[in-house]
Parts: sequence; structure tokens; C-alpha cells
Amino acid sequence: MSSASIVLVSVVAVVTVMGFLAARWGRANLANLEEWALGGRRFGTVVSWFLLGGDVYTAYTFIAVPALMYGAGALGFFAVPISPLVYPIVMVVMVRFYCVARRRGYVTAADFVRDRFGDRMLEIAIALTGVVALMPYIALQLVGMKAVFLQLGGAFEIAGGLPALTIAFVLLAGYTYTSGLRGPALIAFVKDTLIYITVIAAIIVIPAKLGGWQHIFAATARTFATRSAPASVLLTGQQYFTFATRALGSSLALFLYPNLITGVLSASGKEVIRRNAALLPAYGLLLGFLALLGYCAVAAGIVTSDTSRVVPQLFARFFPDWFAGVADAAVVVGALVPASIMAISAANLFASNVCCQFSPQRTPVETRIAKGFTIGMCGFGLLAIFFMPVAYAIDFQLLGGCLILQTLPSFVLGLWTRWFYPRALLTGWACGVVASCAMAYASHFSPDYSLVILGAKLTGFIALYGLILNLSVAAVASVLLHALGTNRGVDSTVAADYA
Amino acid sequence: MERNRAAYLLLILPFVATLLPWIYNRAEPSLFGLPFFYWYQLAWVVITAGLLGLVVYLTRRRDDV
Repeated sequence: MSSASIVLVSVVAVVTVMGFLAARWGRANLANLEEWALGGRRFGTVVSWFLLGGDVYTAYTFIAVPALMYGAGALGFFAVPISPLVYPIVMVVMVRFYCVARRRGYVTAADFVRDRFGDRMLEIAIALTGVVALMPYIALQLVGMKAVFLQLGGAFEIAGGLPALTIAFVLLAGYTYTSGLRGPALIAFVKDTLIYITVIAAIIVIPAKLGGWQHIFAATARTFATRSAPASVLLTGQQYFTFATRALGSSLALFLYPNLITGVLSASGKEVIRRNAALLPAYGLLLGFLALLGYCAVAAGIVTSDTSRVVPQLFARFFPDWFAGVADAAVVVGALVPASIMAISAANLFASNVCCQFSPQRTPVETRIAKGFTIGMCGFGLLAIFFMPVAYAIDFQLLGGCLILQTLPSFVLGLWTRWFYPRALLTGWACGVVASCAMAYASHFSPDYSLVILGAKLTGFIALYGLILNLSVAAVASVLLHALGTNRGVDSTVAADYA
Repeated sequence: MERNRAAYLLLILPFVATLLPWIYNRAEPSLFGLPFFYWYQLAWVVITAGLLGLVVYLTRRRDDV
């Protein structure tokens, strides 16, 4: 075995033991859903910083963002302005949601929607959207792991990495089942430490070896000019709108993801979320430098048709073998942490809002359903990776984003107003989902759709187009339902819950 | 009631600064070899963190933990 493989196996062994031992972290009855799924809502600023950071910046960050820069150039940098856009949203929206969720005992966003609008159909719609959006996201974590396994070769590479991926996911399912959110929360410390070490080393070592950034950008521009597929180091005029809509749409969608809702709700207080909104951009800076590694790969002359292998190849080229192992371990653990949280949050939605319906009095049955469903989600992720094409891993995450963004009117606007009727929100949601899927299909599953308005072609992020339609339909339907004098349904929350 | 609620208006700045790419889609002035397009956006990650820190400070309440 190479030293990189030994480092990787040792790290995975350590985090697996930590994952199982996490069940003993703080005395608690793990048969209680809030204990199993939210760590008892006890995480302080530091634990939450690691947990949310580990949750937002996944193996996707490590693999797909540099891969997109490598393939598409400046357009791929849209992942960087997400940080300055999303944390102001967290500061305003998620803090308000945290307050009402804490007061009323919510575990999911659908719990809130149910309590606020009193509509069972809307609750199910919001919950299922979350589960479906998480599925490609979990699969995406496996893409990162698979890229690393194929790079390592040897026993990892057998049968396209199937045995290695299966072992990793069985261990993941095991400690997630046993420890709940405490597992990924504890492992997140290891994950983020490895990621910071790797990225800082990469940013210092790789550009220096390539002769500095000026040289890297010049070499990248030269290579892009010779490629048949369009790519450039600055945006072209037509890309402005695409870039801005992708950045805005992804930022609006990010904290609607159930795994981030779970991360937010596990905090011990609202001040923890407020402080983390200001502290989490540190990861955004890290992401920015990571993205630039895509250009380092171009300048270093790395040529591959499978862009998800760009980063592992870069590490193998520039790092000594043992340190490439550390970097590979960072990617693998960076996949395990969010995958675990995603499995838990999908399971919460299923148990709390699909199988049962939200009620402030929770039963141990819910926890049992949630734990069982966690195993199912892990199994699904594993199956998906072997049957889903993975040319551009990032596109799958963008498509999941299209669906999850359709929950914004009910969930986010619902935090401030009940002006929308629940059935109007449901109609808007349905139109948004159907339109997003149709646009994705029409554009061959690219994240952008070219809308022709008055002869002008606007190529923009599908999710945002879907949301505009969704909001328009919900507004018009609300006006109609109001005119018909329809019953608005029951709101169980009171104004004081939101402060 | 939170004090200094107007501080939240500071959070509009990052949206204006990053969602209009034609403002910053330029190579010059470059910094450490990074074209303007790249370091400008990285700078806004840091600036936004600062703005958020300021908002946390200005809107904190005495009873907050």
C-alpha cells in the first residue's frame, strides 16, 4: 500500500471510531428525536461553526468548483460571491426561523410551514421537496470520494471503486444511525482541520511551483484560447446575467437545504447563529482560493475529460505521497460529514412530516422511523452513484437547488406574512417545480435556461426563473382566493414566537 | 425591540457589489498577479464578514447570551 493509502485508511478509521463514540457526548436519551437529530439543541458557537462549515462546504467544494473553473473559466467563480450574499440572508432569515423553531419545537422547515399555515398538503410538499433535493446532493458527495479512490488506485480502484465506496457508506450509515447529529458534529472538527491544512498548503506550494499567479493566469488564458469548448478567464458579455442569476439563486437556495436547517436548529441560542453568520465567511475565502486551483491545474498542463478528477490529480502531482493522502482524507471525510447530516435531515422530514404530521408532542416512533430512513438514504446514494452520469457533478447540485428554491415562498416569506393562502402557495410551488424540471429538460440538464423576451435572449439560472413563476402564481391565486372569501387556515404561532 | 435596527441596511451593500458583474469584470488593476475580477470578489467575502460583525455588535441586546 502507498503511504497516501495508509494515511487515508488511518484517518477514516479514526473518524469512524469518533462517530460511534459521539453517542456518549453529553448524557442524553437518543430515543428522543430532538436529541438524536439535533444533538439536543446544545451546540455553542465553536461546534456550530465547524458543523455548519462542514455542512456548507462539502466534498463538492473541493472537487466540483475547481473542476468547473477548469472546464468553464470565470463563470465557475460564481460560487465565490455566494458567501457575501448568503450570510446576510442567514443573519436575517435563519435567525428569525431559529427563534420560532426553538419556541415551538420544530425539527424541520416543514414543521414550521405546517404550524404556520395549518395545511397538511403544503407540509408534505415542502417535506418531499427537501428529501428529493437531498438525493442528488448525497450522491454528489460520493462523486468526490470516488474521484479520490480512483486516483489512489490499488485496492481502492477495484470495480470502479465500488467496494471502497460501499465500505465507507456502511460505516457512515452505522454511526449516523447510532449517534445521530452528534456523530458528524464531532467528526467535523477533523474534517475542517484537514481541509484548512490542505488548502493552505496547496495555496502556498502549488502557485509557487508554477511560477506565481501572473504566470498561471497567462498560461490559463493561452490554453483556453486553444480549446474547442468556450472558456475564458474573464466573463463574456452574455455571461453577466448567467453569472449573477446563478450567484443569487444559489445563495437564496443554500440555507433552504434541510441539512443546513438541521445545522442551524442544533445551535444552543440565536446569538450562536448571529455570530456564525459573521464567522462562516472564513470558509468562503477558503473556497475562493480552492476555485483558483482549477486554473493551477490548467497551467500545470493537467488534461482530463473527467473534470472531477482535476483536484486529486493536482494533489498527486504537487504533494509528496503522504501529504496527498492527507488531502485525499480531507475530501473523503469532507464527504462523510455532510452526507451524514443530509441523511439525518432527510430522515427527519420523512418521519416528522411525511409519515406522521407535525405535532409539538413527539413520540419515540418518529425517532425509530427517522433512524430507519437514514439507512435508506445512504443506500440510495450508493445506488445513484453507479447509475447516474457524472460529467459535471456541480450541475446535479444546481438542479437540486432549483427544487429546493421553490420552498422559499412558503418557508421564508411565511416567516413574515400570512398574506399568501396555503393552497395558493401549494399551486405556486407546483408550477415552480414543474417549470424548473421542464426548463432543465429543455436545456439538456444544464443549470441555465435561455429565455427569449421581446427578441432579447436572457440565459439565466433555472431555479430563479422557477421562483419568479412560483411567486407570481402564488400571488395571483391568493388574490383570487381572497375574492372568493376562502378560509385562510389556522396559524398556531403568535407574534412573540419570532423575537 | 432590538436597538439600531437600521444597521441591517448595511447588509444590502454586498448584493449591490457582487450582483452587477460588469462593474468588476476587468483584468486591471491586478493584485499579486490576480486579475481584478478575482481579488475584488475575494475582497467582498472579507468585507461582508466585517459588515456582519458590525451588525452583530450594533444590534446585540443586553439580555443576549
